Amino acid sequence: MFENIKIVYHQGKQFIPNVRTAVVPGIFRGRPVISLEKVNEEELIATCPTDAISGNPVRIDLGKCTFCGECAMRFPEKITFTKNYKLATNDHDRLVIREGEDKAVEVDPEKVRKEIHRILGRSLKLRQISAGGDNSCEMELNAANNVQFDMSRFGIDFVASPRHADGIVITGPITNNMAEAVQICYDATPDPKIIVLVGTDAISGGLFAGSPAIDRSFLDKYPVDLYIPGNPAHPLTIINGLLDLTRKKKYLKTAF
Amino acid sequence: MNCISIKNNQTILLSDIPESNYESFYDMNLELVLGHTERHCVNYFGYKAGNNIKLICCIADDTTHEILVSTCLVHKAHALESFTPQLLCFEKFEREIHENFGINFIDHPWLKPVRYAFNRADMSQTKENYPFFSIDSEELHEVGVGPIHAGIIEPGHFRFICNGEQILHLEIQLGYQHRGIEQLFLEKKKLLQRATLAEDITGDTVVGHGTAFAHAWESLCGFNAGYDIEFARTIALEMERIAIHVSDLSGACTDIAYQLGSSVFGRLRTPIINFMQEWVGNRLAKGLIRPGRNQFPFTPILAERLTQVLDIFEPQFKEMAEKLFSLPSALSRFERTGVVSNDDAISIGAVGMTARMTNLNRDIRSSHPFSLYTDLDHIPVLKRHGDVYSRIQVRKEEVEQSIKYIRKLISEVPVLSVTENMGTTPAPDSFCLSLVEGWRGEICHCALTDSKGELMMYKIKDPSFHNWLALALSVRNNEISDFPICNKSFNFSYSGHDL
Repeated sequence: MFENIKIVYHQGKQFIPNVRTAVVPGIFRGRPVISLEKVNEEELIATCPTDAISGNPVRIDLGKCTFCGECAMRFPEKITFTKNYKLATNDHDRLVIREGEDKAVEVDPEKVRKEIHRILGRSLKLRQISAGGDNSCEMELNAANNVQFDMSRFGIDFVASPRHADGIVITGPITNNMAEAVQICYDATPDPKIIVLVGTDAISGGLFAGSPAIDRSFLDKYPVDLYIPGNPAHPLTIINGLLDLTRKKKYLKTAF
Repeated sequence: MNCISIKNNQTILLSDIPESNYESFYDMNLELVLGHTERHCVNYFGYKAGNNIKLICCIADDTTHEILVSTCLVHKAHALESFTPQLLCFEKFEREIHENFGINFIDHPWLKPVRYAFNRADMSQTKENYPFFSIDSEELHEVGVGPIHAGIIEPGHFRFICNGEQILHLEIQLGYQHRGIEQLFLEKKKLLQRATLAEDITGDTVVGHGTAFAHAWESLCGFNAGYDIEFARTIALEMERIAIHVSDLSGACTDIAYQLGSSVFGRLRTPIINFMQEWVGNRLAKGLIRPGRNQFPFTPILAERLTQVLDIFEPQFKEMAEKLFSLPSALSRFERTGVVSNDDAISIGAVGMTARMTNLNRDIRSSHPFSLYTDLDHIPVLKRHGDVYSRIQVRKEEVEQSIKYIRKLISEVPVLSVTENMGTTPAPDSFCLSLVEGWRGEICHCALTDSKGELMMYKIKDPSFHNWLALALSVRNNEISDFPICNKSFNFSYSGHDL
């Protein structure tokens, strides 16, 4: 008993008190900012492994970006990655960062379905499906529920059965071999339900886009409620994204 | 002997690999491996050569530190004699060749699909008609689990045949994660795309697979990576090992419902991966390993910072581990649960941690050293019992060993070497084999180039390819409720297997 208390004492307080304002250590590659500096656009576009960068004006699609940082390393005067981890949005257009703009990536409250705030605003149970995910986003989703990030303090949990879930979280580009399982799992989830895509692979297919081994037709059929970019997405990106989607602004202030 | 002996990361001409007919190819490789535990097959695969299939077999010899490569040309209409009845470790390699090219192997006990590759020879084979072993008995029942599992993990299907609560047999059906990575390696021409692909093979072994690709590519381009580059890779490999071993110890505690261990080990992974973020900007080290470059040099400031991190981490880890390893209720769940015998490990060709926990000494860091392991004089951690307890003991001791190596390495941080530019095209008509000991075990990448120096074949083998069978064997005669702890104590890769 005393040994257990000693261990707990030595661990100290580990939880992050405020997940909205926490600062991530080191050189985190979060929301990029593109300056108006003139560079060789063709070369810049060719640098990107996933064609996330397009020209005239220069844009980065966070849904395709693997956050490898190569563009910022080659063209430091043009592109910088900030430590801002708030990258999630419900509007695909907002994932595109344009040159000369330095504004937050946010959930568009107008586009959030009414029933999400009303029914899922205080308790959200999610069923995760790994559909070709490489286990990195899966590990970060698990980390979102560890003692540090502690997502369950907001009433957001992952559950085993889709019957108990309010939505599905997809990681990975959706392989041919998982397409059917994704559909079955979605069908088994009761209404109203949300679809959340976590990670570059899920949002655009990433490097696997166009591979004959993946089948993304599921995503053509249903609207996506939240895009959480990253390779893998950081736990703070995930938690903030889910909070922004499901909570009304007035509740967000009192949540901490 | 009709084979060529090469070293780890050595590039040779394809024409230097001696070719023989299938009979002598078969006899020679059989003789090499049968009864020799110091030798095992690290890769055996085929590729299309006109209308024929060329098979390449690579046998690693741990005592002489060499890899014996041989090849033979076969026609897909010809049925071949199977290695499997005598050497079970060839079981999956032959199934893979059968799936990809339709070659039949006589006497193979189960020529079942491996991963339902999109370009498989027989498209009529689907997940729905997988020929599971079944049993006609009124007393026995079958339990199917997956592809989607209860937790946040990758997909795979497990089919148990049980007698009451006891598992008689487990069959594992994989392939759900197949993304066509080997094909993408050929189609994506930019080096950065390929390096990123290597990191995406499996997100828990980013450094391991990244390094295997980097070594293969550098060798093909005739580039000698400087000391500082290999220094960064070695540190990153050991950091990855610590992070995953600690998180798997947490998983083992979760599966025996030991809350304190689960939380404490779970949170102890964070300072390690957060250090990776401080260093390379990504918690799982994505973006660090690039062929021919030291993307994020390891500086003396980082060394100081890492020492601080380890100084706090080490006593906390030791305290928790000591508690766990002296807790009777935990030990009674770990001991004699999920046993894999040494004989079984040899026969299935187990590698890495899975081999070492049964006292089978297989560790690329000592047998085919790469990066800085030549100077570290690595002595593998070996355990004897092959149960869950042995597996978590290996993990605990390897964490301590990795900390020791890192401390030794960072006591002298190398200055940045002026690196020459790496050539852009690899040597033509060449073959290169790269072995890396990831935290799971031996990762093997084989690269083959055509006459223009373009990649013609890229073959990836994750250690899980050998090891999944160990899980199936370990759960026999265990209660089905012990399946999670058996599974977690191994923690095999789905995406690394399915590619």
